Amino acid sequence: MRAIFAYLMGLLFGVGLMVAGMTNPAKVLGFLDLAGAWDPSLMGVMVGAIIVTLGIFTLTRQRGVSCLGAPLQWPSATNIDRPLIFGNVLFGVGWGLAGICPGPAIVGVGAGVPQAVIFAAAMLLGMAVHGVLTRKRS
Amino acid sequence: MTIDWLHFSPWTSLLGGALIGLAAGGLMFSLGRIAGISGILAGMFSTTGNERVWRVAFVLGLLTAPVLARLTVGLPVMTFEASPTTLVVAGLLVGLGTRYGFGCTSGHGICGLSRLSARSLAATLLFMAGGFVTVYGMRHVLGGAA
Repeated sequence: MRAIFAYLMGLLFGVGLMVAGMTNPAKVLGFLDLAGAWDPSLMGVMVGAIIVTLGIFTLTRQRGVSCLGAPLQWPSATNIDRPLIFGNVLFGVGWGLAGICPGPAIVGVGAGVPQAVIFAAAMLLGMAVHGVLTRKRS
Repeated sequence: MTIDWLHFSPWTSLLGGALIGLAAGGLMFSLGRIAGISGILAGMFSTTGNERVWRVAFVLGLLTAPVLARLTVGLPVMTFEASPTTLVVAGLLVGLGTRYGFGCTSGHGICGLSRLSARSLAATLLFMAGGFVTVYGMRHVLGGAA
């Protein structure tokens, strides 16, 4: 049952990304290009997504348990530390270079776009490198 | 600043955003989990059993969304401008950055802001700033060399 819900939410998420235009790197770069002809559309994506998510999160928090009876796993970290700052700047630079973030990369792979496959492979490699580097340290 | 009215699509963006919100909210409502794509992707490799199953199922959903689109209304436009080298560098940075930074556009930008998390607000402002500065450098300093 969990797998079916997870699959459907992934599917819906992917459809949302396509409808929103997030799967088109040219459109994402148009949003990130403040000094050029700026396309503010992605602000709309954020607003639409946050309104709905905030509503469902509030409702779910009031229920106290998920509809499948699972405990709600809210992130507990609140500190703004060096890895958070370093990591998100790095992510932003990568996002700006190609106009692709993780969700749209996977949708692009599903669409069979060769560039998305190259990007996604490099992204997974980057994640693996992080895993190796942090494992060594601890 | 000039607005690109030709490409500005407020209604489909809001609708697409609402669908993304329905999925992100829906994952918390049904499984009690945060829909952070980078975390789910990385978790596919670092977890086992049931923890792996739901992550793989979610990613399969993302992968089959364009298949569904192709079979019905057709695929949306996906214009990739970056060269293969740029794609590799960008992919590595996004992979590394989202793990060090504990999230991406979905986990921090949508779920985190919807939880009113100051940590995710900081993360979102930082990756947005990184993106703005990078595109400025690429397009207006280097002149779109990539």
